[in-house]
Amino acid sequence: MSYEIEPIKDPGLPAHVHRKADTDPIAAQRAERQVAILFLLSALGTLLLIFSYVFVKSDTFIFIPVLGSTNAQQLGLGMGMAIALFCIGAGAIHWAKTLMPDEEVIAQRHEFRSDDEDRAEFVKTVKDGAASAGLGRRPLIKRSLGVALGLSGLTPLLLLRDLGPLPKDNLQKTSWKAGTRLVTDPGDRPIRPEDLEVGAVAQTLPELAQGEERTLNNIGKDAVLLIRLRPEEFNLTAERLSWTHEGIIAFSKICSHMGCAVALYEQQTKHLLCPCHQSTFDVTRAAKVIFGPAARPLPQLNITVDAEGYLVARTPFTEPVGPSFWERSS
Amino acid sequence: MTARERIAGNVAGYVDDRTGAAKWMKKNLTKVFPDHWSFLLGEICLYSFVILLLSGTFLTFWFDPSQREVIYDGGYQPLSGLKMSAAYASTLHISFEVRGGLLMRQIHHWAALIFMVGIVVHLLRVYFTGAFRKPREFNWIIGVGLLTLGIVEGFLGYSLPDDLLSGTGIRIAEAIIQALPLVGSYIAFFAFGGAFPGEAFIPRIYTVHVLLLPGIFLALITVHLMLVWYQKHTQFPGPGRTEKNVVGYPLMPVYMAKAGGFFFIVFGVTAFLGAVASINPIWLYGPYTPGQISAGSQPDWYMGWLDGLVRMSPPIETHAFGHTISWNILIPGLILPGIMFTGLALYPFIESWATGDKREHHLLDRPRNTPNRTAIGVMALTFTIVSLLNGGNDIIATTFNLTINQMMWFSRIGVLVLPPIAFVITKRLCLSLQRADRDLVLHGRETGRLVRMPNGEFTEIHEPISAEKAWTLTSHEQIAPLELPLEDGSGVRNPGVLKNKLRNRISRATAVAVPKATETERRELEGHH
Repeated sequence: MSYEIEPIKDPGLPAHVHRKADTDPIAAQRAERQVAILFLLSALGTLLLIFSYVFVKSDTFIFIPVLGSTNAQQLGLGMGMAIALFCIGAGAIHWAKTLMPDEEVIAQRHEFRSDDEDRAEFVKTVKDGAASAGLGRRPLIKRSLGVALGLSGLTPLLLLRDLGPLPKDNLQKTSWKAGTRLVTDPGDRPIRPEDLEVGAVAQTLPELAQGEERTLNNIGKDAVLLIRLRPEEFNLTAERLSWTHEGIIAFSKICSHMGCAVALYEQQTKHLLCPCHQSTFDVTRAAKVIFGPAARPLPQLNITVDAEGYLVARTPFTEPVGPSFWERSS
Repeated sequence: MTARERIAGNVAGYVDDRTGAAKWMKKNLTKVFPDHWSFLLGEICLYSFVILLLSGTFLTFWFDPSQREVIYDGGYQPLSGLKMSAAYASTLHISFEVRGGLLMRQIHHWAALIFMVGIVVHLLRVYFTGAFRKPREFNWIIGVGLLTLGIVEGFLGYSLPDDLLSGTGIRIAEAIIQALPLVGSYIAFFAFGGAFPGEAFIPRIYTVHVLLLPGIFLALITVHLMLVWYQKHTQFPGPGRTEKNVVGYPLMPVYMAKAGGFFFIVFGVTAFLGAVASINPIWLYGPYTPGQISAGSQPDWYMGWLDGLVRMSPPIETHAFGHTISWNILIPGLILPGIMFTGLALYPFIESWATGDKREHHLLDRPRNTPNRTAIGVMALTFTIVSLLNGGNDIIATTFNLTINQMMWFSRIGVLVLPPIAFVITKRLCLSLQRADRDLVLHGRETGRLVRMPNGEFTEIHEPISAEKAWTLTSHEQIAPLELPLEDGSGVRNPGVLKNKLRNRISRATAVAVPKATETERRELEGHH
């Protein structure tokens, strides 16, 4: 008796067990009928689709439990298509599982590795090919080809240059100038301080000059939020306090993190929240970041009123608005 | 011979005269495919890709990829008279005026989600069963490429309608580009044809979405499948299954019927979802304008973990020498995903380096038998799931009456603490399961029948398990740890000593296992009973 440890042995592929339909012709006929029923159901699905397309009006709504009020045409087309396709699939699989041969067969694998001889010959072919081209012996060709290929690689880069203009100072500036009126968005109406009650918020944009069109590019940088608090609620430096007017404070609405609109204002806590990444800014402290991934406060716009009593920007923004970029200096 | 058989023979003869295909076809029509439900996951991806091509082509017939401003006068009254882009207006047209248009949009979007779920679950199956090992490393890398491209393709797809939600997504993508040091603002201006949002971006990503990426997908999927075909599918261990054979059903007819049928089932289920489950109702969001946003803005699920990472990032920016570097964007938006995808792509090579195993493998591992690999996988999964949860932190907070701050702090701490804990727990669980397998083989199955012995003792009757089951539970090999030399023959420290030490160390951790039951032990125990 040996003391070798004997592992558990492979009993080999278990004997094949016949299905009912393999031996019982009645079961086989039943399976055949089931497959046929599934295929016919599929045909009914396509009929439902045709019916919905031709006869159901696109503004018909019906009430379906769970789904609620549903567009009948959309539902009919979709359910028809779903039934038609699903039943073809179910029929085919049922057919394969009940009636097609289910005996597992064994195929052999072969190692992928080529013979040593073939491998050596392959390496030799490559070497011979390279040698007969003489790349190694002719450094002039090798180097000049390198230069040519490298330079031709620049072509696509160069041709893509005209995809857009250079940024220049575009990211640094907005349309706000000294004396630009703040107008409501939407509506483009100038705003007087008394239009805003304490606690109110308004979305504003710079007033357009005659004949000027407002583009989304402008809105993307110019959008400003006005918020009115009681002046004593501010906790600002003297300079920043002088940028407010009768408790009205103005911030860029474009998040300093990734540029989403900072649109959620919580009146109780006086916090502004960006719905994209939840950066939270404290309005009473010049939009200081109190939570979330933003690293900078929202830029504050210095505002006052003009001779007619409308709110205007006293100066442009003193820093770029929106997300950071490499050329931004602070 | 019937007439039909004669015609079929003639056609086959005609083709073979010109291609010599008969020899190849004869061999390959009876090619054997192993059967297991988890092998269908890759098929789901393939079929949803076909569904995406079909439904996407339908949508292009009406979709106008233009950011030109139009005034809406279509059938959806609430938006009547509003300024919007032609892209958004044509998406409304597809949804409300083209019969079956909304259905196709919803099928397209659902198929995209299923495609991505399919890829991820298929990847998990391949990872946890070790199917990526030699000789299948190429296919693993192609798969990681498909996953990455799938995320990009999906993002571009839901950006096209130019609704308020998708425009917000593009805004965030622009901010990530803009955050690149040195070249960020230039690349952003080139990509957008000027400042954000401009009028160039949607037409451009349209070409990428419908031509460039689908072309690359098609090429990669073709190579992926050809390699599966050529290398033959892996199989789970079991009686009669070895590294040298494939046990399964022949392509013709069983596998063809099953796979073909499964395509229709996937398509049918997708159509059902498109019919009853509303997805991306862009008419509720309104057209994009940079000054507006809706609360609860969420990306599609496969982008959610990236968004979650961005959300939980601490607010760090560097301002120096007149320049700004946004670490709060670069780290979660580019650096971490870059590390994760690179690590994922290189994993097969890292594992074979650590274990020293350079052999071919065609039998799959049961995850419990490779505790280290399984634990690393669960660790990475935990990291991603915490990030994904944080991607919906606002929705979760409002649903469960939490504050966003609580959610965010949970994620910030959890993303660092939970993955290592998951590693340890998983590894222990795997070893416990190995122990359970060992018990099962040695002591048999618990029958639940209690008997009272003459001496008053109660015992439970155990029944021996079948020879097949015993083989399945013990057929895996247990690799001994590497013992790379730290000194050379004459006692001089090897120059690569640190590397070898590290490899020995990792290899020891990988080789931890409960010794599997042997026939010898079984027989000894039988003697005792």
